[in-house]
Amino acid sequence: MSKPKVAFYWCASCGGCEEAVVDLAEEILQVVEAVEIAFWPVALDFKREDVERLADGELAAAFINGAIRTSEQAEMAHLLRSKAQVLIAFGSCSHMGGVPGLANLFDREEILRYVYEEAPSVVNPQRVRPEERIEVDEGMLTLPAFWEGVQTLDQTVEVDYYLPGCPPPVGLIRSALQALLTGNLPPKGSVLAPDVALCAECPRKPTKPERLALKELKRPHQVLIDPETCLLAQGLLCLGPATRSGCGAACIAGNMPCTGCLGPTSRVLDGGAKALSALASLLDATEEAEIERILAGIPDPVGLFYRYSLPASLLHRRVGNGERLREGRSS
Amino acid sequence: MSERPMEGERSFEPRIVAFFCNWCTYTAADLAGTARMTYAPNIRIIRLMCSGRLDPQFVLAAFRHGADGVLIGGCHPGDCHYQEGNYKALRRYLLLKRLLREMGIEEERLRLEWISASEGDRVQKVANEFTETIRRLGPLRLAPRPGVIRLPVAALPEPSPAAREGALP
Repeated sequence: MSKPKVAFYWCASCGGCEEAVVDLAEEILQVVEAVEIAFWPVALDFKREDVERLADGELAAAFINGAIRTSEQAEMAHLLRSKAQVLIAFGSCSHMGGVPGLANLFDREEILRYVYEEAPSVVNPQRVRPEERIEVDEGMLTLPAFWEGVQTLDQTVEVDYYLPGCPPPVGLIRSALQALLTGNLPPKGSVLAPDVALCAECPRKPTKPERLALKELKRPHQVLIDPETCLLAQGLLCLGPATRSGCGAACIAGNMPCTGCLGPTSRVLDGGAKALSALASLLDATEEAEIERILAGIPDPVGLFYRYSLPASLLHRRVGNGERLREGRSS
Repeated sequence: MSERPMEGERSFEPRIVAFFCNWCTYTAADLAGTARMTYAPNIRIIRLMCSGRLDPQFVLAAFRHGADGVLIGGCHPGDCHYQEGNYKALRRYLLLKRLLREMGIEEERLRLEWISASEGDRVQKVANEFTETIRRLGPLRLAPRPGVIRLPVAALPEPSPAAREGALP
């Protein structure tokens, strides 16, 4: 019997998800033994034609990391979807939009203008911008279309499973691969991680007071962080209460608060709103002026609560353009 | 969502969702009704047991599904039936407003009012005022969101011991 074929692909991502696969270390040898890698452009020399040649459904599984911003990324997502029996959104960006999804705070025109004209390191007196088609002596050159906004993989094609995390923790990758190889898969649409909040597995849980009451919100660079005590109890903005577990509290072990990369549990519609709700309820103030004073410790609510999930959120993208964002910031 | 006129300020009728707490503001709205006070019909009231039950997700979902404004009504400070639900509502509201500002949504589209059970006239005044505010702001035009908004699973079994320990669900 031939080995099941799998594909890995990246869209708008940083490469950290590919690193996470390599982080399987010597276990990756067992993976390579059990499956045939049919497509993995980051690591091995494959071309798009290699995927096009496959029959529909010939891939047992395709893992796609990265958000979707260009027409090329969407085309590859559709192509892999048609070739794969199981499509897995790998990592925060394909799951919820990820850090590249924060570009949804700006519109396409603002991004292009900044990157090609206004950025301090740019010299572009003719204001050249990338064009989708341009005629040169040698013929017509084309580039993929750069879309108005960033979207998640499941806003582009049907997704069977999600491997959450930035990048997905090795333990979750390992169990997902085992589940795939043994066919022991949960219901379609599942996130392949435990469905409880991170606090449930946090080693600092015993130090969390019965009632958290925060008079001050602090950011990690402003304080010396005690390595034993619950970070929320120290006034640090930890998103553990509103984030799925499954990472072994890796950031907390590194004495940094959770930033929410695994996303919310299955009972939540909008993870950022839920995290906002949890955090606001912990503030120890009842007067408007005092609440505002404490909230000044959150200069960028979207960046905090939707760091990995703006495209997946209910609001999805900023209304209007960044002219208003700048006004809002300065006021 | 029903079709709505895209342009023409005159034809714009604001769509407003109001979340009123059972013990104060909803009772006040009821009083306004029995006293036959009239107010703008743009307000659709949803009764919550407490303004502290107002999950910020409700507000964002209302905006996503076509509301132009969201009004929250709760008991006056110190009067919450559950001691401190309205304080939680206030804190969430103030943080949510900061979030809306960053997302380019006018903060006036979200309003919190303390209205006690005897203040039927205040419900009338606030409903009319808020409708006019939203009428002046015009329709909320959120960027379209691709994909399906999947509601959270309605009822889930308790997580198995294995799931708690970090194995797959």
